[in-house]
Amino acid sequence: MEPSLFSSALLIARKDLAIEFRTRTAFFSAVVFAVLAMVIFFFAWDPTSVAAIDLAPGVLWVIFTFAGLLGLQRSFNMEQADRAIDGLLASPAPREAIYLGKALANLVFVGAVEAVTILGVALFYNMPFGGRALALAGLAFLAAVGLVAVGTLFSAMAVNTRLAELLLPVLSLPFFLPIVMPAAQATAKLLAGRPIAEAAGWWKVLIAFDIVFVVACTLAFPFTLEE
Amino acid sequence: MSDAPVIEVRGLTRAFGARRAVDGIDFALETGDCLALFGPNGAGKTTLLRMLAGLLKPTSGTARIGGVTLPGGAAVRAAVGIISHEHMLYDALTARENVEFTARLYGVRDPRDAALRALERMRMLDRADTLVRALSRGLKQRVSIARAMVHGPQVVLLDEPFTGLDAAGAAALTAMLCELKRDGAALILVTHNLSEGLELATHAAIMRDGRFVRYEPCAMLDAVEYAVSYRELVIRGA
Amino acid sequence: MSESVVREHSPAPAAVQSTHVGADWLLVVAILAVLGTAVRAIYFTPVDALQGAAQKIFYVHAPSAFVALYMAFALVALMSALFLWLKDLRFDRVAESSAEVGVIFTTVVLTTGPIWGKAAWGTWWTWDARLTATLFLWFIYVGYLVLRGAIDDRMMRARYSAVLGLLGALLIPFIHLSVYLFRTLHPMPIVFKPSAPSLSPEMLHTFLLALGSFALLFIALLRIRYRLAVARDELAAQEER
Repeated sequence: MEPSLFSSALLIARKDLAIEFRTRTAFFSAVVFAVLAMVIFFFAWDPTSVAAIDLAPGVLWVIFTFAGLLGLQRSFNMEQADRAIDGLLASPAPREAIYLGKALANLVFVGAVEAVTILGVALFYNMPFGGRALALAGLAFLAAVGLVAVGTLFSAMAVNTRLAELLLPVLSLPFFLPIVMPAAQATAKLLAGRPIAEAAGWWKVLIAFDIVFVVACTLAFPFTLEE
Repeated sequence: MSDAPVIEVRGLTRAFGARRAVDGIDFALETGDCLALFGPNGAGKTTLLRMLAGLLKPTSGTARIGGVTLPGGAAVRAAVGIISHEHMLYDALTARENVEFTARLYGVRDPRDAALRALERMRMLDRADTLVRALSRGLKQRVSIARAMVHGPQVVLLDEPFTGLDAAGAAALTAMLCELKRDGAALILVTHNLSEGLELATHAAIMRDGRFVRYEPCAMLDAVEYAVSYRELVIRGA
Repeated sequence: MSESVVREHSPAPAAVQSTHVGADWLLVVAILAVLGTAVRAIYFTPVDALQGAAQKIFYVHAPSAFVALYMAFALVALMSALFLWLKDLRFDRVAESSAEVGVIFTTVVLTTGPIWGKAAWGTWWTWDARLTATLFLWFIYVGYLVLRGAIDDRMMRARYSAVLGLLGALLIPFIHLSVYLFRTLHPMPIVFKPSAPSLSPEMLHTFLLALGSFALLFIALLRIRYRLAVARDELAAQEER
């Protein structure tokens, strides 16, 4: 009768996505931000000295980081209003399920924003990724997992502090470097048509980061709850 | 199993830094009991309820629900329902979606039906598909109550549940509480309404500065004397 | 109203009073040690053939880096873990103190590094793994202190800081690895080799003395800062009553 870790997490994820789908404001804000940023980045560089395609990987992953942050803010905001989080904490659902469920919902959110960003960059920067789509999707997934693992935990913490909106980026961004760097470098190799094996080091860093921080953040999450 | 008290509290204490919000509380409730908990604001009533709901860990002392020492894990939390000051609802979802989500969270069979039945008992069936955001405060309170009861808890903790309810809502809640008592649940009811509280209760306590300054079964108290005492301890003395 | 509460509840505890009665003896010793080492470094240690006098910044830069990471941050991480395990606020106070002192040492590393780089090789900043990792260490320290400043609840502040402290400790190796990988795959002019230069025996002696005196300075500052943390918590507890 008591729900398991995964079924509770899925339930919470579905609830989060239902709420996001109903309002959609966060998603649209993130998408609009991404598109604007792409445009601004393009005009911030001298097109004769830097080819758009050289710019593309950097732009893609920088935007991914900041757009992702926009989505992470709302994750625990919805639980703070009217103390809905108490409803979750008083239930038999395991504490870790709250973290995993929200992280899962954030993953879907970030993934969707990422997809739009990749399409946007492909369009604006003439970035051909036809044959490499699968590899790029793999990178996108791995990067999103890392971002969401750390970001979900910090948003759980930030929501309980003053300066919540400022604190989330200040805490999270240092942790995003080992995600953005490998992702951007590996993407550059992909676009240059190099075999994936050449970027093996970067892929490994990304995978290692994901494993370490998903575990660490899941274990750390219960400490962010009031007891 | 039926001999053990449903709720048993011994020397329960909760400190926040140097301040003791709950300071050595003792009581025990059997199935079908209802404790009316009175006291001024800041007495520690909410903190006491939050500990019993598993939201706070005691600093010292023990609290047992169904024989299991708190914080006892999922099984204990599944048997407890709490109504607190905040309504714990998601604004962007409908009344039915909120209650159904809670039903699923507690592993209730047929969560959809259970949610509708809970809403019906609080006379919210016709507004079941309204977004919580669009409901008035009193109606939100009704949904909050439905949410707290949907899993058929054996221990129900109510923190000023009548707040914001109109006559119809209050009647629905009272009916539900009587039914729960009959079915063997143990209730703790925090209220500022003396007569309402005593009407439903089997036990009464007055809490001040984290302690019970009065605690007795309702059968043994005299209504007039209690009212005087209540005025002294709760209204004037606060 | 808080003033009357403080007066009422006895004079300040002895721990606070001792920092008022003259200077702390350990701090004096440490400062003398640092000054002594500085004198030795400037006047009694050979000048590096390649880099000239600028190399002497090494005797400030490298010990500070050691203290910042292997003493201050390691202590923050250790205290964070102990706090989460045992829930004793004393661990949190040590972590807090270590972080504040650590950020100072880290700032010293980040300022002496560019000065050294510019003086010796003509570039202000190089993205080598060590310096970049130190920069991120600085970010984590700052984040840690900002987080603490944003939480009023004492226990929550301790718990959240501890979580950040531990996660930060996990991050540093990843930063180091990422930047190292970046540099090996993108060869950049190698201008910075802070640890590799071969040191003559006198240079090594001076370096070790510098290391020792900086470590002493760290401990002295940590002690003073810890007493401040104890006093602040006691004051806060009294105000609550």
